[in-house]
Amino acid sequence: MRWLLVKDLQILRRSPLQAGVLVVYPIAIALMIGFALSSPPGRPTVAIYSGIPTSKVIHLGSTRVDVGSLAEQLFTSVRPLREPSPEAAIAQVRDGHALAALIIPDDLTSEIESLVTSGTGTPTVQVVLNGSNPLERQFAEQALQSRIAQAEQALSKLVLKVALGDLQVVLGGGSVNLLNRQIPLLGLQRSRTILGAQIATHPGDAALRRALGQVVNFANLAIDGLTFAGPVLGSIGTPVTVQQTVVAGRSTPTDSYAVAIAAVVSLMFVALLLAAGLLALEGSEHAYPRLVRGLVAPEALLAEKILLASACAAAVTLVMAAIVSSFVSLDWGRFELWVVSIALAGLAFGSLGVALGGLAREVAGASLLAFLCSLPVAFVALVPSTSVSGGVEDVLKVVSFVFPFKAGLDAVSNAFSGTPTGIVLPLLHLVVLTVVYAAGARLALRRFAAA
Amino acid sequence: MTVAAAALDVVGLTRCFGSRMAVRDVGFALERGEKLAIIGPNGAGKTTLLSMLAGVLVPTSGAINRAVERPCGWVPQQQAVYSKLSVAENLRLFARLERLADPDAAVARMLAQTGLEDRAQEQVGRLSGGNQQRVNVAIGLLADPAVLLLDEPTASLDPRQRARLWELISALAGEGRCVLYSTHAVTEAERYADRVLVLGDGEQLFLGTPTELEEVVAGDLAPSAIAPPGPSDGPAGDFETAFVQFLRARGH
Repeated sequence: MRWLLVKDLQILRRSPLQAGVLVVYPIAIALMIGFALSSPPGRPTVAIYSGIPTSKVIHLGSTRVDVGSLAEQLFTSVRPLREPSPEAAIAQVRDGHALAALIIPDDLTSEIESLVTSGTGTPTVQVVLNGSNPLERQFAEQALQSRIAQAEQALSKLVLKVALGDLQVVLGGGSVNLLNRQIPLLGLQRSRTILGAQIATHPGDAALRRALGQVVNFANLAIDGLTFAGPVLGSIGTPVTVQQTVVAGRSTPTDSYAVAIAAVVSLMFVALLLAAGLLALEGSEHAYPRLVRGLVAPEALLAEKILLASACAAAVTLVMAAIVSSFVSLDWGRFELWVVSIALAGLAFGSLGVALGGLAREVAGASLLAFLCSLPVAFVALVPSTSVSGGVEDVLKVVSFVFPFKAGLDAVSNAFSGTPTGIVLPLLHLVVLTVVYAAGARLALRRFAAA
Repeated sequence: MTVAAAALDVVGLTRCFGSRMAVRDVGFALERGEKLAIIGPNGAGKTTLLSMLAGVLVPTSGAINRAVERPCGWVPQQQAVYSKLSVAENLRLFARLERLADPDAAVARMLAQTGLEDRAQEQVGRLSGGNQQRVNVAIGLLADPAVLLLDEPTASLDPRQRARLWELISALAGEGRCVLYSTHAVTEAERYADRVLVLGDGEQLFLGTPTELEEVVAGDLAPSAIAPPGPSDGPAGDFETAFVQFLRARGH
């Protein structure tokens, strides 16, 4: 087997294009992923017309609301193109200079005041999107919607703060600002105290005492009700508190999961293409019959191809991971887990590769077959199973189970940042797949002999 | 020739692919230094027979006995060499796989024997077809086999390259090796072989010298079996014509 390894390495060295691709490809992937993960998200260009002066202030009761700065919040997640009119903003979208237009009408402040004071206003901002590119449209839509939701929530909190303050004055007394004048209010609690003192000065059967008693009862009910209303109103700002607990699987950070995906994709391409190509080369060069007539056992030939392909793939994948670790924090203390998971995933991909190489029997066909096989397998493994209907989900699960990508991804992502025990099952799965595909490759070699 | 004296003794060799019988009950014996040409139309079973003798295919039935317990040297029809490796690297690889005691000495010997010393460091893929075939032959000879099997060795060569290769093969036979080769060039069988074995649809139709085949065709041995020559068969006495007539008479 040693001389076959030497021979294959010599052949790889004499194929600078293929060897170069094998080295450059994962490094390029690593750099792209590193830059993508470490760069801040891009901001879509949005044409903006705002009818509100930046210094515009409205008064909600005693609270002063700077509507201008509230509107400015909408612009922080976009690259704004300020336009003098709504029409000009929309024209920028039509001409493709902006992905979206945000139109803040002149009457927004009055509508907000009307909503707060009388409950009849409908403050509205208009978003115009360019639908020619669905992905860009979604990007702009998400950037704006999240900012609009934040501004909406900020305004809502301000209104609630005003309402709660006024409620407190109604309950406990104080003063309210009305048309820039401070108006003193007695408050329900103090009114009840005064009334209680007055009731005591009247005889038990006096009509006035009964009437005052009814007013005190009403005051008690109102105090109870409004005391309860305070926390209820306060809770509207954040009605539900989400407490997140992961009860199954792992809580792999998104960045390291993305690195794991990149690592397994690189591992898959290199191991699959190399193993398929190296075995098919024995067919293309007509050397297989000469080798297996007593010089090399077919099983040893397969083992050599699998080992070489998986070793090369594991090496370039580890280099890739090392490069990415300069962009994304990866735990080098788990290096031995990286090596084990990448090595076993490489063996499984190499084993699948020789099975494909055995079927194709010539290099170009084997490479094409390996490439065509890789993409859908990776795609299927990355589709969340719950995002599709029941029947399709079962199919996806089966496909993910019989190909090494999903098991490889589980192993590598656990090695990068999951629990060490979570790596055991995926590794066993990979070992089983390696054996099964190697057996399939051995059967496929019969076609070599018959050729 | 007795079986005991034979360098190679083949008895009742048969190979089936499913229900199809590719080679049926073929038998012959070869002495040291003898050259046997296997001829026959396309699909006659020539490559299958050589592949069984080489150990690439397992016979369905029959036996192959060799006087010397060394594997046959085998030169397959399609050049089984690595085009990205140099001539010397190819030879060294197979010498090591053959577990020869001194691979480098074997490589040097084969380079000298095939006249490829000057091309030793060139990649095989950059050599001419003739020189590639010489590398192919050299690999078959690395283990110093007593029996050399060549499957259509001159198929892709020009006349000059053919002549050089036959020189080499004749020299190998002169050293005492048995040489079996298949060929479509019937004149090469007549010129270079001591005996010819004619196959048709896997069946052994004839085993004897080229002259004996011509005699059969001429009617000396079995005149009633020979069909009259066709308009394009050429003059009587031409070996190729005799061979064609022989096959036609037997329905091939």
